[in-house]
Amino acid sequence: MYRYDEFDARFVAERVEQFRGQVARRLTGELTEDQFKPLRLMNGLYLQLHAYMLRVAVPYGTLSPKQLRMLAHVARKYDKGYGHFTTRQNIQFNWPRLVDVPDILADLATVEMHAIQTSGNCIRNVTADHFAGAAADEIEDPRPIAEIIRQWSSLHPEFSFLPRKFKIAVSGAAHDRAALKFHDMAVEIVRNGAGETGYRVYVGGGMGRTPYVGYVVSDFVAKPDILSFLEAVMRVYNEQGRRDNLFKARIKILANALGADEMRRQVAVEFEEIRTSGTLTVPAEELARIDAYFAPPEFEDLPDDPADGADGMPRDIPGVDPDFLATNVHPHRAKGYCIVTISLKPIGGVPGDATAEQMDALADLMDEHGMAEIRVSHEQNLVLPHVRRKDLPAIHARLTELGLATPNAGLITDIIACPGLDYCDLANARSIPIAQKIAERFADLDRQHHIGELKIKISGCINACGHHHAGHIGILGVDKKGVEFYQLQLGGSGAEDASIGEILGPGFGKDEIADAVERVVEAYLTLRQGPDERFLDTYRRVGIVPFKNVAYGQDLHAAY
Amino acid sequence: MPLIRGGQFVDDPFFFVPDGKAYPDEKGAIVTLARFQGEKETLFARGLPVGVRLASSENPQVLKADLPRIAAVVLEFPRFRDGRPFSWARMLRTRFAFKGEIRATGDFLYDQLASMARTGFDAFEVRQDFALDDFRRALAEMTNVYQPSADGRRTIRDLRAG
Ligand code: SF4
Repeated sequence: MYRYDEFDARFVAERVEQFRGQVARRLTGELTEDQFKPLRLMNGLYLQLHAYMLRVAVPYGTLSPKQLRMLAHVARKYDKGYGHFTTRQNIQFNWPRLVDVPDILADLATVEMHAIQTSGNCIRNVTADHFAGAAADEIEDPRPIAEIIRQWSSLHPEFSFLPRKFKIAVSGAAHDRAALKFHDMAVEIVRNGAGETGYRVYVGGGMGRTPYVGYVVSDFVAKPDILSFLEAVMRVYNEQGRRDNLFKARIKILANALGADEMRRQVAVEFEEIRTSGTLTVPAEELARIDAYFAPPEFEDLPDDPADGADGMPRDIPGVDPDFLATNVHPHRAKGYCIVTISLKPIGGVPGDATAEQMDALADLMDEHGMAEIRVSHEQNLVLPHVRRKDLPAIHARLTELGLATPNAGLITDIIACPGLDYCDLANARSIPIAQKIAERFADLDRQHHIGELKIKISGCINACGHHHAGHIGILGVDKKGVEFYQLQLGGSGAEDASIGEILGPGFGKDEIADAVERVVEAYLTLRQGPDERFLDTYRRVGIVPFKNVAYGQDLHAAY
Repeated sequence: MPLIRGGQFVDDPFFFVPDGKAYPDEKGAIVTLARFQGEKETLFARGLPVGVRLASSENPQVLKADLPRIAAVVLEFPRFRDGRPFSWARMLRTRFAFKGEIRATGDFLYDQLASMARTGFDAFEVRQDFALDDFRRALAEMTNVYQPSADGRRTIRDLRAG
């Protein structure tokens, strides 16, 4: 894991003191709320429906046991005993008091954590594949470049007052687990014809009111040039992104208005100037220095089990729920190891919530089994990246005691949901109760496994924090004359085959939406060509019409 | 408006001359881009320093050919949220190697001063009650920087390399 040196530590400590000063000036009234707002947002502090909300960065989703314990401490001391993991590898605390926030940040700084740029119109916390450094399909660990980007973007003097927020994701694997094409900018580690690794850069993806799938702005950027290239994109955006209309201010709008060719041309001009100036070149020694922090743990030489499946995955381990093995355990690059997803989606729970006790207990579990890291996934789950298979029975048993062994990763009840109207002052409708209702409807595990991979994503308004556009089934809360309604979207994907879901038709009432989802799922089960054809594949094969016909049901159909 | 330049309050050697108004005697004039483009030669012929004021939507690229003769470029912040002047200042310094004054005017915050100084601003039109101590404090809040900008400061990476 990355470790702060004296410079990083001082930077974060000074940033805390700077924010302490800003809070003090706000409390005396020297700063108006309007003036304070961009300053607090630069430090992850939102004003929500009921209280302030503090969003703490988990850079590239990696946490140590010590950091996890600190999050538990913050939840217990300054909040109501829990935290909420978001779709961008952050954790949110929903009930801090303004006067306490500088102390919370100071506490976090002791374990090398911060809330810098988790909101505001700046370059946000950089996210990465949550299987980084462990996945069997990875070219290179994306976290070193994420860390380099984190440092470059921290208090960037030119790009802290952008037209709008700017989100960057990185990945180094064939399978896209980081939703690259839905980010303002994304960096994918690729290998070129000569066998060198470098970066493919995408721009212009995004959700919200006008969703776009990002396009490639460079197929291959050499490693030392990556910051020069990213800075070039930022300049084009800062200078030309729209500032007259909040809803048109993201880079996706500019990227679409310019078109890929013109964007590439303009970026190339800026890139050439920055590259030749040499000021942003990342020397090989610096890359190597950062790489070293992310060196994988020393994997023991463990045997493969002859009973394992063809994909190298265990099929049958005494004492471990086979459902858990099937969905929450994933192939690892090292023999005898696996990756374990800890679902934060118990049936009827709040997606992404974890209690202080769970966080502490997980930290203990990590220590007991010599696991140095845990990851936060953009699907609002946690991940143990390096688990010895022989430890699975003990780990599974402990997770079960903690209520953290729900065997539903990637299944229909592994729902992403934004905070919605229960917390968020922008919301049109509630998200959490809808997620709970659907999860309860499909609680039967056999049924879930029978349905297979199906990603439901729910947003409480068009801002799409719940990524509904990228859901195999997406649900969007809308407000019709003060009543909550829910629109269904089908066929979205946030993976390497990225697509934006298609709206099915008029919305459903809050008591109808679970029925509608169920009818769509039942239709899929009759339409699919076999258990290996995922919902998304069937949808792509047959289109929206067969689903439309059934979704509204008999009674409702007449009404529309 | 009080003017901070080179870290001190100084007497403003310029007048901002709104469009249509006559030039002052004996003092440099700052004019809008439109007026500058219309009256460039008259202005330079006065033999006094010339300043040009750009709205945040005006790219300093348009001044490129005249920059050697321009003493000051004034960049306007219509709202503190409009971050374009940071890029304009940086561009003036690093792309066009502009050595004259880059002045900030308009709606900007104490908390933006450090970034302004980094991107190339060296003059600031501040509120009547603004204290010089605050200016110095604003620039000193963060000791080190992670990324290069127009100020040519050594970055944290440079410092690490020793
Ligand atoms: S999608 Fe809307 S309701 Fe949900 S968290 Fe984002 S802004 Fe709030």
